[in-house]
Amino acid sequence: MEEKQHIISVTVENRFGVLARIAGLFSARGFNIDSLSVAETEDPTVSQMTIGVRGNERILEQIIKQLNKLIDVIKVQDLTSSDHLERELILVKVNATNRANITKIVETFGSQVIDVGQKSVVIELVGDSHRIQMMLKLLRPFGIKEIIRTGKVGIRGEGEK
Amino acid sequence: MSGAEIVVEALKREKVEVIFGILGGVVLPLFDVLYKKELRFILTRHEQAAAHMADGYARATGKVGVCVATSGPGATNLVTGIATAYMDSIPLVAITGQVATPLIGNDAFQEADTTGITRPITKYNYLVKDVEDLARTIREAFYLASSGRPGPVLIDLPVDVQKGETKYHYPEEIKIRTYKPTLIGHPLQIEKATALIKKSKQPVIYAGGGVILSNASSQLRKLAEITNIPVTMTLLGLGGFPGEHPLSLGMLGMHGTRYANYAVMESDLIIAIGARFDDRVTGKIETFAPNAKVIHIDIDPSAISKNVRVDIPIVGDAKNILEELIKKVKPLSLEDWHQKIKEWKSKYPLTYQDDHKLRPQYVVEQICRLTKGEAIITTEVGQNQMWAAQFYRYNRARTFLSSGGLGTMGYGFPAAIGAQVGCPDKVVFDIAGDGSFQMNIQELTTAVINHIPVKIAILNNRCLGMVRQWQELFYGKRYSYTDLGGGPDFVKVANAFGAKGIGVSKKSEVKPAIEKAMDEKKLPVVIDFRIEPEENVFPMVPAGASLNQMIGGLA
Ligand SMILES: Cc1ncc(C[n+]2csc(CCOP(=O)(O)OP(=O)(O)O)c2C)c(N)n1
Repeated sequence: MEEKQHIISVTVENRFGVLARIAGLFSARGFNIDSLSVAETEDPTVSQMTIGVRGNERILEQIIKQLNKLIDVIKVQDLTSSDHLERELILVKVNATNRANITKIVETFGSQVIDVGQKSVVIELVGDSHRIQMMLKLLRPFGIKEIIRTGKVGIRGEGEK
Repeated sequence: MSGAEIVVEALKREKVEVIFGILGGVVLPLFDVLYKKELRFILTRHEQAAAHMADGYARATGKVGVCVATSGPGATNLVTGIATAYMDSIPLVAITGQVATPLIGNDAFQEADTTGITRPITKYNYLVKDVEDLARTIREAFYLASSGRPGPVLIDLPVDVQKGETKYHYPEEIKIRTYKPTLIGHPLQIEKATALIKKSKQPVIYAGGGVILSNASSQLRKLAEITNIPVTMTLLGLGGFPGEHPLSLGMLGMHGTRYANYAVMESDLIIAIGARFDDRVTGKIETFAPNAKVIHIDIDPSAISKNVRVDIPIVGDAKNILEELIKKVKPLSLEDWHQKIKEWKSKYPLTYQDDHKLRPQYVVEQICRLTKGEAIITTEVGQNQMWAAQFYRYNRARTFLSSGGLGTMGYGFPAAIGAQVGCPDKVVFDIAGDGSFQMNIQELTTAVINHIPVKIAILNNRCLGMVRQWQELFYGKRYSYTDLGGGPDFVKVANAFGAKGIGVSKKSEVKPAIEKAMDEKKLPVVIDFRIEPEENVFPMVPAGASLNQMIGGLA
């Protein structure tokens, strides 16, 4: 079966121990979490998690069933299976040897330089994984010193049933 | 009311009759309330045994079992018992003491991260930080443990919360917005299942522990009798359908009957009820029942299509779903199929060499005969467990208690004590191995002091028999550390604990020993059956082989 990257959106009770339960569910079955983001929602008793995970259909079906089985889980959606929007924020620290060119690339992507230092600049970029890949590819020749990523977040679009 | 008083009030509200456990520093407030003796408390000699007793009590009665331990080592000693219950979906509530809330996380004396340790082996667990949450937590714990797919729930209770004061209010209703087990099967799925059943020519029912957990054995019997479909059971399913019924194929799987395994492999339809296609049951999964369509009835959606592809899943409570199916199914004419099964049954019966020697199968048969198949049998793990499954006829649910999923040596004896406490009028036998019995042998004291007349039938082969069997068959008879060196003298051990001990080394002594044990109404009785040490459990599907590639056990 074909392995694919999936983005799973999990709505959970906002309580201590819940993150450990979810993480434990993945680790106990030997599944690796590629990316994870968690935060409180509009309703402070509820948290929203977005989990990136690789696997075939069978593994994914099991993951979703197991997540649903957890007492603290309110809702599970595999966003990959339908129309969805995804974004990630990354911060990239690049060698500041060629500022003019860096600025050009940053402008083309509609992103921003958020810190300018003697030796390096820090760039902020928001986008889907494709856009982030592109920008990183263009920045790499300048020498990337550090990258910090938030992990993906995703939401269903309106074209949804 | 104090937190400790709330615990006792709440347990009374949940109709708890008995608690098993051991105390320590951080549960002193709770035990100060238990001192009033409003609830029966049985002091064990090891916390693992307390958890198994609660488990045995739960399996025998269908009620929730309750055990208590102190923090740190008390809680970690419960772990094996909790994991055993979790693997077999047994409803337990475990209450552990915890260090005072301001100390949590400080590596305080006897502190362990109990909720962290037990998270993967409980259905749910709680750390109660505020006495205001206590009553609701206990209510939820009992509800979660006993509903849906049952399982153990742990409540970790810091000592200051036990001492905290609040107004007692026990919530009648519980709202857990995320937890709504599906109980009623989907009508469309039931319709589809009915159609498949109607078309089948070689169907089998494969019944697991879920039949017993949902109290669905009379419905299962009706379904089988209406349709004429033969029934095979998993280890945990034994008793879910009468073993003496003409439609019974006995147990399937690694040490199942040949006819059960052949029937499953040649079937064109498997109706799985509360069973999970565990690897000990399916053999090599790629070759399992190649021509069979599968209907899978289970309360847990995650059990479906986990190991084998299922054609018609029906999620819900087995009892409800079987009620619906019974209304729809019609008698099938399965003469050819039954003819085939009859031939297998006569060609490959479950037998053993019944000669002058003292053989374990004979012992189990005699226990069955003398108890008229009506005792509660618990088992340890290993050969004893398989002989108990093969040679005793279980005709009723909740009479065969065994650690199936985890395979915990040391389970049977404390489970027998728990079962006897729950069913004082029944005869309870632990069919034991000499290795396993030594894992919780200290509970002889508990049984003596509390007048619990369980009988322990040790099938004493002086070795770790099941492992020895694998070494004989698959490791060139290199018996690495499976010889137990002969000791101890179990009769003397029993006497030293104040129990009765009977030694048996001849076939002729078997019957009188069992009778004598059954006459004892107050004390536990240990019967040391010194059996043929090299006896093996057959037939057997070697690990990794197809279910129909069985070795041994031919007459
Ligand atoms: C706690 C635990 N430790 C180890 C094992 C592995 N094991 C399975 S069967 C067995 C031998 C059991 O010996 P005994 O209780 O004498 O029973 P017999 O097989 O001889 O009937 C062992 C060691 C286990 N199942 N449980």
